[in-house]
Amino acid sequence: MSIFVDKHTKLLVQGITGREGQFHTRQCVDYGTQVVAGVTPGKGGQKMDDVPVFNTVNEAVRKTGANCGMIFVPPPFAADAIMEAADGGIDLIVAITEGIPVMDMMRVKNFLKNKPCRLIGPNCPGIITPGEAKIGIMPGPIHKPGGPIGVVSRSGTLTYEVVHQLSAQNIGQTTCIGIGGDPVNGTNFIDCLEAFQNDPATEGIVMVGEIGGSAEEEACAFIKANVTKPVVGFIAGLTAPPGRRMGHAGAIISGNSGTADAKLAAMRSVGVHVCESLGALGELCADVFK
Amino acid sequence: MKIHEYQAKELFRKFDVKVPEGGVAFTPAEARQTAEKLPGFPVVVKAQIHAGGRGKGGGVKLAQSLDEVESLAGEILGMTLVTHQTGPEGRLVRKLLIEQGLDIAKELYLSILPDRATAQNVIMASEAGGMDIEAVAEETPEKIIKVYINPLAGIQPYHVREVAFGLNIPPAAMKGFGQLLHNLYRLFSAYDCSLLEINPLVLTADDQVLALDAKVDVDSNALYRHKDIQAYRDTDEEDPLEVEASQYNLNYIHLGGKGNVGNMVNGAGLAMATMDIIKQAGAEPANFLDVGGGANAEMVENGFRILLSDANVKGILINIFGGILRCDVLAQGVVEAAKKVGLEVPVVVRMEGTNVEEGRRILAESGLTLTTAVDLKDAARKVADIVK
Repeated sequence: MSIFVDKHTKLLVQGITGREGQFHTRQCVDYGTQVVAGVTPGKGGQKMDDVPVFNTVNEAVRKTGANCGMIFVPPPFAADAIMEAADGGIDLIVAITEGIPVMDMMRVKNFLKNKPCRLIGPNCPGIITPGEAKIGIMPGPIHKPGGPIGVVSRSGTLTYEVVHQLSAQNIGQTTCIGIGGDPVNGTNFIDCLEAFQNDPATEGIVMVGEIGGSAEEEACAFIKANVTKPVVGFIAGLTAPPGRRMGHAGAIISGNSGTADAKLAAMRSVGVHVCESLGALGELCADVFK
Repeated sequence: MKIHEYQAKELFRKFDVKVPEGGVAFTPAEARQTAEKLPGFPVVVKAQIHAGGRGKGGGVKLAQSLDEVESLAGEILGMTLVTHQTGPEGRLVRKLLIEQGLDIAKELYLSILPDRATAQNVIMASEAGGMDIEAVAEETPEKIIKVYINPLAGIQPYHVREVAFGLNIPPAAMKGFGQLLHNLYRLFSAYDCSLLEINPLVLTADDQVLALDAKVDVDSNALYRHKDIQAYRDTDEEDPLEVEASQYNLNYIHLGGKGNVGNMVNGAGLAMATMDIIKQAGAEPANFLDVGGGANAEMVENGFRILLSDANVKGILINIFGGILRCDVLAQGVVEAAKKVGLEVPVVVRMEGTNVEEGRRILAESGLTLTTAVDLKDAARKVADIVK
């Protein structure tokens, strides 16, 4: 079992003919993901390797039955691409694009409110169910199929580090999700925690947060009320200075809010096993999830 | 991106938001010339730096004559202004805003910002104007009005009424306030602002509503569609190393202070976590540097150069999780960079991920005196030992 994606997921790639889109589509195909379509306006009728390319999402969905979209469209056009996917009948939209203006994402988020679809990202590495489907830019081989741990994170390479340490301890993963480093994103910690809690194959959860906003604090309130599986937590940015954006658009301490200390305190108060130092995460997980 | 008060007020004028008459000055003589054109005295001389708290720091003064304008301008220009936002090192004042003084009846607070949790824009307003709004929010949160606006629908008349009645705007000023708030929201939205703040917004004795102060931050990700804002960038207000890094498209933040370990990492989250682990090992991170997932040899080389330009750096930690960016490619980049730039301080390299064996071999056979680490803990310990 897994959450959100599995071997039945049929992937459509928006921006498939661009440099990034091509490269990562091939990586996903190599991993075993069913990539059924690509969309690049004006290139309909062409093929990217064996993948048929369409002009619009609507047409691609009608002709291929794609139910998941991965977006590599550049920032100025990404909001449009997400809304096109939503209206084109895509159930799960994974937006990899980094650098979408906040105002665009706020409009998108409100636009998506009553639509029957889920957005992951933007500015994220994507989602992977090891051994079944990789929808994103993460390196496939570091993952270990078969579970029993679910991983949810706001980061990219930091997630790879976490997964690598899990796999090195011989702890497999059910699904790993990067929810993205932007201030306004789709799927949040709570959505993933709820799905992992309800997934019978997931026995424990690793949650990786960072400074900025209050998503971790809200997640902790949810954990207290709803999550019975053990959770290991890590927060990046203890040494980040206030008022500076630490790479991710959303990673900023504003005034007194969004600090790592506040997030760690929230985690401790609801019984999350806090990892104090990233170097020891694998060992802590081996201990907690044994 | 931050802009100056005088630039924000230029935007305000474009959107018919009333501001006091005035203009920017770079010398005491220019300050005098600008003041000559104003309707009378007092005249306000305001330091223009990218930080708040200028009044308390001595960067805002009232002048009663042209001679006084000129002498105050001479005092403030060139001073190092220290405020609660500049840090102890302060900020050199290079320009002034010379403005008409007003007959103020009441000071208010008004701001608009995106609320990340609700994905709505929020207007915050308070009758406690002219004060530190964070202190007001902490001590007397009931004095702050918050009105949320759906970005798809935009500002509606009822939003304006909620704010106006909440602020007890007098009937004679109601129309002017309504227009001002409406226009401010238009500006906020049109320019992708991440913050628009007026503290204080003033009611004058003759029921005018004006923005006495103006703070506008613009979303850096949206600058591509605002060429006029790009032109407002003032690199004098930025750290010189950060300015240089931005030319190479490197995501670099200079932490300064006691920082003695330079570090280069791929990915923002891992970079922050690397800073943290350096500190936990007993050393001080000197910077944040994310070379990105798609870093190439050239970016690594430029990153190296920036790290070495920081005179306080006594050791460097390179932490790369090779995914799409393979370890062998990175190792090659490190070796080339080190040979070109020169290894003036000890370097610890920790690599993991795709092609790591090949990467380690390249480093080992390079002839460079690099210290390799087996994992993150080991890396932090080794670099901390070096700088001790």
